Amino acid sequence: MAVLDILTYPDERLKQPSASVERFDNALQQFVADLEQTRLAGPGAVGIAAPQVGYFQRVVIIDVSKLKRPVPNHGHLILINPEITEWDGYAVGREGCLSVPDYTGNVIRAEKIHLLAYDVHGERGEFDMEGFEARAVQHELDHLDGLLFLDRLVSRRNDLFRRKVYK
Amino acid sequence: MNWFMLTLIGEDRPGIVAEVTQALFAGGCNLGEATMARLGGNFSIMLMVHATGTLEALTALVVPVAQRLGLHLHVDVIEGHLHQHLIPDTRVTVYGADRAGIVAQVSGVLMAAGFNILDLQSDVGGSSDKPVYIMTMEGQAQKGLDAIETAMADVARAGIHVDVQPIETLIG
Repeated sequence: MAVLDILTYPDERLKQPSASVERFDNALQQFVADLEQTRLAGPGAVGIAAPQVGYFQRVVIIDVSKLKRPVPNHGHLILINPEITEWDGYAVGREGCLSVPDYTGNVIRAEKIHLLAYDVHGERGEFDMEGFEARAVQHELDHLDGLLFLDRLVSRRNDLFRRKVYK
Repeated sequence: MNWFMLTLIGEDRPGIVAEVTQALFAGGCNLGEATMARLGGNFSIMLMVHATGTLEALTALVVPVAQRLGLHLHVDVIEGHLHQHLIPDTRVTVYGADRAGIVAQVSGVLMAAGFNILDLQSDVGGSSDKPVYIMTMEGQAQKGLDAIETAMADVARAGIHVDVQPIETLIG
């Protein structure tokens, strides 16, 4: 296993859409292991997407189960060819990115999502996600389409922060 | 190259940012971080400016445009460091009927509870006979969120509405 180099903005390759995974083989599993090593080597990253290391296939890892303040989660997930099929609600939250060091900004994301994805063995899964986990998935899936959180920034001032009680 | 903090204040009008920054660019300066706000109808901006010359040279560069726009100019030499952002972990929102001393009371309580303010915005809304004071702050809760919540509960009892929320920054 190896820690891979992270592409950082303004590297144009971060704007490149990624292709669907066709083969759930050994090479994929080895790549996922390297991608996970890379995520863990970063500063507290809860997710990473394959194009961030210059591998333009639809592969994402997320894990929001290790936060100091626990949030609803599905544990450690390897998501291959993920697709969000339903969105509900919205919330503003603070995001940063391994590919954009030393900057965090506010981004609006759907509060709840329904997600279809395959695991590393090609088994299809479905997930209902909310809050921080849903945000992490949306952030990582954007990378697969060549989008950064910088493309979705909203003002830090006068933001509408939806409080939990309105859920 | 030296870093300077350039402050400009005056009556607001369209085009100030463009004219000032074009003068700085034409004079060979680079910009760092900046914040502009319109406070009570006044234009105000603070700009980190990276320039080769002296404070006097930078001042001479900006004085003509400041005078043309009717702005007060102030320039300081600063220790400049980019890429030193602190990430806030707590947001405190306060609102209430406007009265003297809200900020002093709230910020005093927050300081004692270990809150380091990184960003503060405050505004007065409502109407002139019933003004409403609204303040949002982001910062680091150096003694933990519970300390902030406990301290602010006392403030809330004094008729000020308080909301304390953790900010969980997603890195992905």
